[in-house]
Amino acid sequence: MALQAAGSASSQPSAQRPGTQRTITLRIARSNPAHDSTTVGFDDFDVPYEKWTTVLDAILEVKKMFDHSVGVRYSCRQATCGSCGMMINGRPRLACFTKIDELNSSVVTVEPLQNFPVIRDLAVGFDSLFENHREVRPYLDRDDTELDNTPDGELKEYAQSPEELEQYIQFANCIKCGLCNAACPTMATDSSFLGPQALAQAYRYVGDSRDRGKDSRLKMIDDSHGIWRCHFAGSCSQVCPKGVDPAMGIQMLRGYMLGFGGGNQKK
Amino acid sequence: MASAILRESTIMKIHYGTALAAVALVAVHVLMRLTSGGFAASLEYETVLANYRFLPYALMLEIILVLLSIHGFNGLRVILLELRQGPRYEKAVSYGCVAAMFALIAYGSRTIIMTNMGMV
Repeated sequence: MALQAAGSASSQPSAQRPGTQRTITLRIARSNPAHDSTTVGFDDFDVPYEKWTTVLDAILEVKKMFDHSVGVRYSCRQATCGSCGMMINGRPRLACFTKIDELNSSVVTVEPLQNFPVIRDLAVGFDSLFENHREVRPYLDRDDTELDNTPDGELKEYAQSPEELEQYIQFANCIKCGLCNAACPTMATDSSFLGPQALAQAYRYVGDSRDRGKDSRLKMIDDSHGIWRCHFAGSCSQVCPKGVDPAMGIQMLRGYMLGFGGGNQKK
Repeated sequence: MASAILRESTIMKIHYGTALAAVALVAVHVLMRLTSGGFAASLEYETVLANYRFLPYALMLEIILVLLSIHGFNGLRVILLELRQGPRYEKAVSYGCVAAMFALIAYGSRTIIMTNMGMV
């Protein structure tokens, strides 16, 4: 099915001139596995765009003007919530963080994220992502609490030097958007693999000097579908919109496993 | 299952260790081929028999056989585990690879021992 925007005669964008609006052909993958598990089609829409228009803006324009049934998940529109991850021209990206103008393409194809079950159209199920995230126990694991630190029960922060913070801080920027898992070639074949997101978060806490759960966390990821199944393709790090480097985190965890890591840790 | 007996990290340490050791020994093996009268001559039947009958060299071949069998079959196990998942399948793959590894080592060792003892 091909739908044209009102007043748009061609799907080819023209060079921007005063008074002339550029258009892009937005190809949206359509599927509804709950009703039909086999059919995946594309609907084309000619959408006007400006220099600042993001792919999410274009999708919402389609929903508003042409077809409100397009299934898409979004929330913050500022690359903070991690909801609008999708394949944009074959690469996992956040729709709200990708400007159409930067894609340098007259056709923008949007598809659901790879390696995740499709709910409908562009929305995928994140159950496995969150389950794997929970499995690495993403919290400070220690017996005492900050309340126990003073005899009079006053709040007191766990002390940490800037150098200790530097060990893990970039991994704390993860927004759980799932782009790394969508880009991971191992996840494409191994459905039991923990994935770069969960492994990077495991490192985020293993590398945190305040954490005391290193041994149990390392034991958890030391599985036949755990950390050793990473082949270091590095695609996870390339697609992360927040600059997190999961591939490096995984190698750092391997360092711990092989006895090279954690020299400056208070464990 | 192999991974139930050994932790995955232990298996992978063995995997990396056997790779490094095999690279060193195979390098010696290749150099021996090239330095013993040329590569073509080193493949002649009598030369091969002579190599097997030279005990230190036969021992090195046996070690290479063991190293490459361990490394190769664990590599195969890893590939097969990534191909499909499921408890029964994974158990079959792990046991199958261990069995195939022992079978290959046994068959290769038989060849080395028989030739070394002059039975061939």
